[in-house]
Amino acid sequence: MKETVGTTGLILNEPLLWEKGKKGRCGYSLPRRDVDFFSLDQELRGEGPDFPDLSEVDVVRHYTRLSQWNFGVDTGMYPLGSCTMKYSPKTNEKQAGLSGLAGAHPLLPQDLSQGTLRMMYELERYLAEITGMDAVTLQPAAGAHGELTGMLIIHAYHKNRGAQRSRILIPDTAHGTNPATATLCGYSSVQVKSNENGILSAESVADLMDEDTAGIMLTNPNTLGLFEENIREIAEIVHSKGGIVYCDGANLNAVMGIVKMGKIGVDVMHLNLHKTFSTPHGGGGPGSGPVCVKKHFEQFLPVPRIVEDKGNYAFSDNYPESIGKVQAFHGNIGVIIKAYSYIISMGPKDLKMASRLAVLNANYIKESLKDTLHLAYDRPCMHECVFSDEKQRDDHVTTFDMAKRLMDYGFHPPTVYFPLVVHGAIMVEPTETESKEDIDKYIEAFKAIADEAKENPDLLHNAPGKSKVRRLDEVSAARKPCLAG
Amino acid sequence: MKEISELNLPADLRYADDHEWARLEDDKVRVGLDDYAQDQLGDIVFVELPQEGDTFKKGEVFATVESVKAVSECYMPVGGEIVSVNNDLEESPELVNNSPYGDGWFVVINPGNPSEMDTLMTSEAFLEKLKGTE
Amino acid sequence: MRFLPHTGEDIKSMLQVVGADNIDDLFSTIPDDCLSKDDLALPEALTEWELDSHMSALSDTMAVSPDYKVFMGAGSYEHYIPASVSFLLGRSEFVTSYTPYQPEISQGTLQAIYEYQTLTARLLGMEVATASHYDGATALAESLLMAVRISKKRKVAVSRLIHPLYRQVVRTYFEPTGYQVIELPYLKNGLTDLAGLDELNDLAAVAVQSPNFFGCIENLKEAGKKIHNKDALFITCFTEALSYGLLKNPGSQDADIVCGEGQSLGIPRSFGGPALGMLAGRKKYMRSLPGRLVGKTKDLDGKRGFVLTLATREQHIRREKATSNICTNNSLCALAAAIYMASVGGTGIKKLAGLNHDKAEYLKQELKKAGSKIIFESPTFNEFVVEFPEGFDSVYDRLLEKKIVAGLPLTEYYPELTGHYLLCVTETMSKNDMDILVREVKL
Repeated sequence: MKETVGTTGLILNEPLLWEKGKKGRCGYSLPRRDVDFFSLDQELRGEGPDFPDLSEVDVVRHYTRLSQWNFGVDTGMYPLGSCTMKYSPKTNEKQAGLSGLAGAHPLLPQDLSQGTLRMMYELERYLAEITGMDAVTLQPAAGAHGELTGMLIIHAYHKNRGAQRSRILIPDTAHGTNPATATLCGYSSVQVKSNENGILSAESVADLMDEDTAGIMLTNPNTLGLFEENIREIAEIVHSKGGIVYCDGANLNAVMGIVKMGKIGVDVMHLNLHKTFSTPHGGGGPGSGPVCVKKHFEQFLPVPRIVEDKGNYAFSDNYPESIGKVQAFHGNIGVIIKAYSYIISMGPKDLKMASRLAVLNANYIKESLKDTLHLAYDRPCMHECVFSDEKQRDDHVTTFDMAKRLMDYGFHPPTVYFPLVVHGAIMVEPTETESKEDIDKYIEAFKAIADEAKENPDLLHNAPGKSKVRRLDEVSAARKPCLAG
Repeated sequence: MKEISELNLPADLRYADDHEWARLEDDKVRVGLDDYAQDQLGDIVFVELPQEGDTFKKGEVFATVESVKAVSECYMPVGGEIVSVNNDLEESPELVNNSPYGDGWFVVINPGNPSEMDTLMTSEAFLEKLKGTE
Repeated sequence: MRFLPHTGEDIKSMLQVVGADNIDDLFSTIPDDCLSKDDLALPEALTEWELDSHMSALSDTMAVSPDYKVFMGAGSYEHYIPASVSFLLGRSEFVTSYTPYQPEISQGTLQAIYEYQTLTARLLGMEVATASHYDGATALAESLLMAVRISKKRKVAVSRLIHPLYRQVVRTYFEPTGYQVIELPYLKNGLTDLAGLDELNDLAAVAVQSPNFFGCIENLKEAGKKIHNKDALFITCFTEALSYGLLKNPGSQDADIVCGEGQSLGIPRSFGGPALGMLAGRKKYMRSLPGRLVGKTKDLDGKRGFVLTLATREQHIRREKATSNICTNNSLCALAAAIYMASVGGTGIKKLAGLNHDKAEYLKQELKKAGSKIIFESPTFNEFVVEFPEGFDSVYDRLLEKKIVAGLPLTEYYPELTGHYLLCVTETMSKNDMDILVREVKL
């Protein structure tokens, strides 16, 4: 291997929290006691939790070392398909940490919380403009939570019309959350097969759509990174049977300022602020999953809604047909602030440019690697492209092996084994914030790995070799689960 | 993964489409998962079994088998009452991999209609079917 | 734009490789009638410095400490957050990583979550805890659905002293399921009235919050007995995680599932979110838990390591049969809580919880002396209900002008409690702050 980004450096070991420290230490400055002790019934008093006692230095070293075992977007390229791991601007973190925004109680009198209310109101308007929808709620805490909210809205809509339905159409390329969400709302999922071009054909939807079907839940661009070209026709078919078109907005990063979903037949959609709008993923959350709807679904949105009157902002609960609440308070405001900051830092031109460059980067990777890796659908892609390990099968090397080997080269692997319709899928989404130089290095690494697969496949079978730990025994972990120490 | 020719499909058993095997033992039927299925699933980490006394029709789900990244449902090869379950699988699900026809058995059924055994495939027929799907 | 690295030259050479004349060509698969013709109607881009002043202006309108004294809890608590917690939480290797699906390069997140699960289990006295949920309300809804799955019964009962907004979330989650949610009334002493349970049958679970919405500490042991007698699962809920530094933990009171809000543990209030849904249970229910779990294992060399485990419960594998549709946890919030619990420590949390209790008790006693009525006599943790004399509305408004928020008016949530306020005191309130409030209320 010639010199790559990936190297080992000095990685320090670190025990578990409770394997360090000494009774009597404390890493916290206890506030002054300026009141007397008051007694509490012994029956109610407990012994306190068995936490370790650590000094501030113990704690700081512990988590600093742990952090160094992690790979983040700030470490290097993280082209995880369907996840949009773009750079998270640092100024957004600063804005979310402003004391007035971070310190505010959610039930403050509204006159005393105008800044946050205004920010929320404006963000709702911006998201409505970007999606071409009419009304927005910021309450859902994550993408899957937005999906649930959207599905509850669909459920409420049909119930309100006095004729509940029992099924929902979901393409075979869908995220696993889609069928799981449908189940939570009592709908059974009916799978729609994508055609030989990797997209839905209007005929296959027409064959399945009927008046017992609540609607269709699609992702556009879909999880193969392809635009659903027949969306208008599909929407017409679904609407003609009284159904609703739901769009999973996971892949909005391909079409900001280019396609407005609300104008091409979509009725309800959720967004992932942690994907498209740059808020960091935080090792798996918190995210934020706003839901955008067309006018005739507005009455079902969660409460409270924000209303504006002559520059004054207020919460209103006066929506009797609302589905209710999906979180205790108003949403993940700390995340929402970052998305708001991102949108007003980018402005309309650069948001559109972001989508254009995301698509350029993906097509560049697709063209550069299609001789090395099997390309599942050889047509122009949107913001991500899907390969497979078909060309490496004779070398007895799998997608899994190549993914692990990429780590040694200093890259985070792409999404693997998804979507399910491509056997051994390798799904690459570079995002617009990767430069040509970094992408070139990534392409080079993949080519080098494909060569290794032929010459020395064991290098791949044993990868990664430079990480803090080597491959982990997931079988024992699941057979005899140890979930707490 | 095993080639078809490497599969162990004992001749004294009957096989269902969904890879359950059934063995007639006096008037009872012992049931498990075949070699092909355990091999395809890989390391089995958990088996969820029914309770003794439960009854199911032929074709109903009576158990689920989990590997690290997949879940698979098992269907009754013949209908009837569950009279015995293999509790060893709770602690040692790997028995399904190591001994699919021996210690890795799932349940014993008191069949409602023993003639349902005739609807299952012989090892030769099953092997032919597997070859066909390759 | 500083986040977009492409130069004109880059774009040109990349287009050449792709075989396109311009970027527009790459969108050729989008039918013309789907393309948006107009520019986005959004405000023009701000520079970083313009953003700073815009956001500061928004921030400055918010009523927060130290300018304001906000005696309001109700599920969102002000506690001091050590600088070390905020700094460690800002480490970008934690902040900018994804869900740890590739464990070899995510051991930081994985070990931290394993430690969080352990500390949570110890705090709540349970055997296993999940990697976290969105917030206390959704954790409660998921716990109730979990009980329905385990018991295969279709009815749950929840105390009316569970946070009113949590109950709203439960209703929303349960609406399409056809399962029934029954509310249990409260007694004059501020505790849940479980007498009605005798009339109810076929209950999957009964949920009680302690300390409850009025701050009162429920008799969980007794409640557990009654609930288990009905062959229902006993779910306890909480909004103030810090209270278990002082109180008996729910596990020791025979709870089967414990869920609630962990915002108190080092997470800023941020107008209500992101928060931290904590959920723990008995080991026998492990495979019915919703959401992510991290487990301990070994690598090829036998070294200790951590992985996401029991993933077959989850949506990406089991799809329509998953235990929940949940896909994220609130990982960074769980990390904040873990760092906070580690910093305060076993010795510290007892003292800190004691201080919270005592400060609130001080205010309660002083208000009593000043003639305010404390209507519920049960012991409380750091919140309590006060009945102020008629006409207090105008006093409340006058206090707002003096930058004091004198609790949460309860009318909206409990119409029968007009004129009652829920007051909260944590370690951040000084005796002097409380004395001022008492003086003002007396005026």
